[in-house]
Amino acid sequence: MNNIKFVLGRFLGAIPTLLALICLAFFLVKAAPGGPFDLERSLPEEVEANLRAAYNLDDPVYKQLYKYIGSILQGDFGPSFQYRDYTVTELIASGFPVSLRLGAFAILLALLFGTIIGTTAALNQNTKLDYSVMFFGMIGISIPNFVMAPLLVLLFSIVLSVFPAGGYNNGAFLNMVLPVTALALPQVAYIARLTRGSMIEVLSSNFVRTAKAQGIPMRNIIFGHVLKPTLLPVVSYLGPATAAIITGSVVVEQIFGLPGLGRYFVQGALNRDYTLVMGVVVFYGCLIIAFNLIVDTIYGFIDPKIKTSR
Amino acid sequence: MKQDHNNSLLSDAWSALKKNRASLVSASVMLSMVVLVLFGPMLSPFAVDQTDWYQISTAPNLMNGHIFGTDDLGRDLFVRVMYGGRISLMVGLVATLVSVFIGVTYGAVSGFLGGRVDALMMRVVDVLYAMPFLFFVILLMVFFGRSIFLIFVAIGAVNWLDIARIVRGQTLNLKGKEFVDAAKTGGASTIRIVYKHIVPNLLGIVVVYVALTVPQVILVESFLSFLGLGVQEPMTSWGALVNQGARQMESSPWMLLFPGLFLATTLFCFNFIGDGLRDALDPKDRTRGNE
Amino acid sequence: MKKLSTIILSSFFLLSCGSEEQQECLTNNNEIIVGGSSGFELSDIQVFKKNNGAEPGTLDPHRAEGVPASNVLRDLYEGLVGEKPNGEYIPGAAESWEISEDSKTYTFKIRRDAKWSNGDDVVAEDFVFSLRRSVDPQTLSNYSSMLYPIKNARQIVLGNLEPEALGVYSTDQKTFVVELEEPTPYFLSLLTHSTTYPVHPKSIEKHGASFTRPGNLVTNGAFVLSDWRVQDYIKLDRNPTYWDDKNTTLESVYYLPLDNPDSSLRRYRANELDFTDTTPAEQLPWIRSCLGPELNISPYFGSYYYGFNTTKPPFKNNVELRQALSMAIDRSVITDIILGAGQIPAYGFVPPVKTYSGEKLNWAEWSQQEREDEALRLYIEAGYSSETPLEIEVVYNTSENHKRVALAIAAMWKQTLGVKTTLRNQEWKVFLETRRLKEDTEVYRAGWIGDYDDPYTFSELLHSENEMNHSGFSNQEYDEFLKAASEKNAGEERLSELKKAEKLMLEEMPIIPLYFYVSQHLIKPWVTGLEGNVMDHHYSKYVKILKTETVNSE
Repeated sequence: MNNIKFVLGRFLGAIPTLLALICLAFFLVKAAPGGPFDLERSLPEEVEANLRAAYNLDDPVYKQLYKYIGSILQGDFGPSFQYRDYTVTELIASGFPVSLRLGAFAILLALLFGTIIGTTAALNQNTKLDYSVMFFGMIGISIPNFVMAPLLVLLFSIVLSVFPAGGYNNGAFLNMVLPVTALALPQVAYIARLTRGSMIEVLSSNFVRTAKAQGIPMRNIIFGHVLKPTLLPVVSYLGPATAAIITGSVVVEQIFGLPGLGRYFVQGALNRDYTLVMGVVVFYGCLIIAFNLIVDTIYGFIDPKIKTSR
Repeated sequence: MKQDHNNSLLSDAWSALKKNRASLVSASVMLSMVVLVLFGPMLSPFAVDQTDWYQISTAPNLMNGHIFGTDDLGRDLFVRVMYGGRISLMVGLVATLVSVFIGVTYGAVSGFLGGRVDALMMRVVDVLYAMPFLFFVILLMVFFGRSIFLIFVAIGAVNWLDIARIVRGQTLNLKGKEFVDAAKTGGASTIRIVYKHIVPNLLGIVVVYVALTVPQVILVESFLSFLGLGVQEPMTSWGALVNQGARQMESSPWMLLFPGLFLATTLFCFNFIGDGLRDALDPKDRTRGNE
Repeated sequence: MKKLSTIILSSFFLLSCGSEEQQECLTNNNEIIVGGSSGFELSDIQVFKKNNGAEPGTLDPHRAEGVPASNVLRDLYEGLVGEKPNGEYIPGAAESWEISEDSKTYTFKIRRDAKWSNGDDVVAEDFVFSLRRSVDPQTLSNYSSMLYPIKNARQIVLGNLEPEALGVYSTDQKTFVVELEEPTPYFLSLLTHSTTYPVHPKSIEKHGASFTRPGNLVTNGAFVLSDWRVQDYIKLDRNPTYWDDKNTTLESVYYLPLDNPDSSLRRYRANELDFTDTTPAEQLPWIRSCLGPELNISPYFGSYYYGFNTTKPPFKNNVELRQALSMAIDRSVITDIILGAGQIPAYGFVPPVKTYSGEKLNWAEWSQQEREDEALRLYIEAGYSSETPLEIEVVYNTSENHKRVALAIAAMWKQTLGVKTTLRNQEWKVFLETRRLKEDTEVYRAGWIGDYDDPYTFSELLHSENEMNHSGFSNQEYDEFLKAASEKNAGEERLSELKKAEKLMLEEMPIIPLYFYVSQHLIKPWVTGLEGNVMDHHYSKYVKILKTETVNSE
């Protein structure tokens, strides 16, 4: 019962958040200099007038906003200015699965390798293994992905010819390997560092010492008592990690030529595709809200204390 | 009394930090890097925007003075890396300070006032957390041109949320302490209490936060450079240089190597310093004792 | 294993200080033998993968704009006039045409066997429908002003007449007639542009706005739309109902929308592309030494220039200053060193085309030293010196090459004259607005690719009433030369009017011509049938893929 109340409360709280998001994005986009109809070859005034009328750009801004919110409520993000044969809803529907696949694989990879590496390092604290693992972790953080991605392509696509240099190919495994790797590497490093730090802390806590003294096997201690509290900071890092992955996907989609939302967004912003930019921002906003909600719920599940204090 | 508390924290931190060799080395590397970046260009006969059509993309060469080689317009890479460092470090520091200023003020005020105001202010933070902020930064840069000022504001405005939350939590803890009550009964204004009594006690957290945020901001700047939204030529930044270098990594590897080395070293150092500071300043850590 | 370690080392730049002359070419050491024993044997898989540089905004030929859309539309549709691989005009959907005595009426015979991809006959009425649709303001076409030479087109675009008033009609099922306002010698060239392509009336009625989707789109070209994944690829398949299908070899063409030239180059090297839309300038030395024979460069009908805002000081009524800044630029440095693809230094505005060779600045033959001396003299005459230098701002749109050219020019002005130049880099749409408003531009970057192969497409840009005249150049004499030219029939007389106009413009120097474009493509050795041409128009129907065998040379 409490759980439902909690989720419902968060859900209702999201509505003003979304409204604020829409308004902010809307006015920012409208305030931008240059419009969708500024072209290299200038349009005759009459043609431009027709275009403006067709896209409702002649209404006062507040009225446009009102209409826009109205159509979003019906799940309609409007027609795209740039891709004139498509609606924004269609474009998001075709771009999101690509970004989702990329992002989800990257997060999973980061979680898997990050925790394994971090745990290994923590269990071998202050050994050579620990130092070398964490050193490579730092390299992962220090090399921007727009350097890492071309390096991976040069090595694995051009020289060794094992993975394609780009393209989505309906999300085929081979096509996803390099982009996911480039995207996940910095996150692997962050999560490894987090896991290591928090595990060392937990390992030195009193209850672990007591357990050790009682002669319980190390393996049982780790899986039974250590892992769960160790993962708490990792779970709370999931939010920032997702944000970083969404940002990173803008770069990775560009370099690997993947048809994801990040690429739509940048193209849309550059071409003043008002509706597409708004659509992507609003969509990502919803996603982040939903994601925060999920993280909170998981967190509450792992650590029941937290729910009441929030 | 408050002063004492503060001093002991800092001196504890300093003695803990001294034991952390990685942090110390990092700090001294960073210090020499700053000196190099500030005074390095004076050692070179070349100007940052000086082009030489007959020295396009030449490899590092001690004889002609281009010790880092030249870029694709025949400009001296050493000088450009130095200038790029000034911009990158400045963006990193200033943007971080902007976010610290906003975040500390906001968090401390919210925590100190408490009650409904606090609830409302934290609600606003929740709302802002849901914004795809980097997208807004991109929009700002695309729409309103690329001034360094805008980069500061944009990145700074994005990063203050975390610090606001942390500071608020700490403020709630501090609020009950005697010295705050004493100041209150003494009739000090809210702002005065926040800045005179609360903020100094948050120093530890803020310092750690700064050390860990600077490298993130530098990376964000390099991300903007990748999208072609970085600083205006002929000025440059490490991010812009690395991006240019990455495009020519096969034909002119030095164009990636040198700025990349400086960028990575900086990120390395700040992360080590941040980790060291956290270990030193985190009370939990100190109770743990040395292993 | 040794190879692998070398690779890792070199990719982590430890070879960075190697020799300068020898470029390091990373490849997998496989050698590819093309064309089998005869050298012309065809591959069993006839698929052609092109990078198109960007995603077309639409595949509706009448609403499309930009090169990427034109490239795809050229394969999908066939206009009345077609082109050979070298750009020469040949009959397209029309098998022949007649031009009236006064050059104002064109009568086209549509091919008897011309068919739509659904099997319908291509008839004259389809063209009537299509051209009316193209000028109809309701269509929201960006390019309808290109059709102004057709009778009444202008009035229809402006909304003063109904589309039915357009000077096009059919006399029988296969005869199509166009009436023009004035003799327009480049009219046939317009007919290769997508605004004049026919669309299938019935499928537009049936599907409305979604008629361009795969499955709905009915076309009359050598290919049909088989799949379209936005930002991923467009796939075209061979059209079996095309009248000349027996001469088509390709089964499919892929158009990829990669806008990052570095990614495009990497995917080309990984054999995921057969054809790139361009090559990154700063990589050209590497490309020449590692992929030399695959680099195809040919003159392109475009002109790159810097414009002065002549409506405001310091450039208003200041020919000396404009000339000085123009002379101080060493164009060969820009073409040979900064860009290096074989661009041609420009001393006139119109790139050489067909019979028009263009005018040149009178100082074009001087040495650079003489130019710089004269530039300094004019600069001082205009009232500037090293103590009171000119301070100007150059605005250009975000792009690697524009940035490099702008930096080079700023450096030249500084070195020769002592001008203090600030660079302002604006994103494309902001740039377009800034340039159009003429409020705070001083010097701006510009480039123009001719829409049709006639000098007029350039000359008209500086007409005082042209929307694209961003310099604000307004010269009555110039306008009169253009008017005189458009009233004349094709031939020397007309061209001489255009020459007079260009000469006048060069004396006034409202713009600084910098260089003429070249098209730069990387094309795999197994692709045959493509030739360079001045409009950079390429038809996939001429392409054949040769057989390849991979031999591991290790």
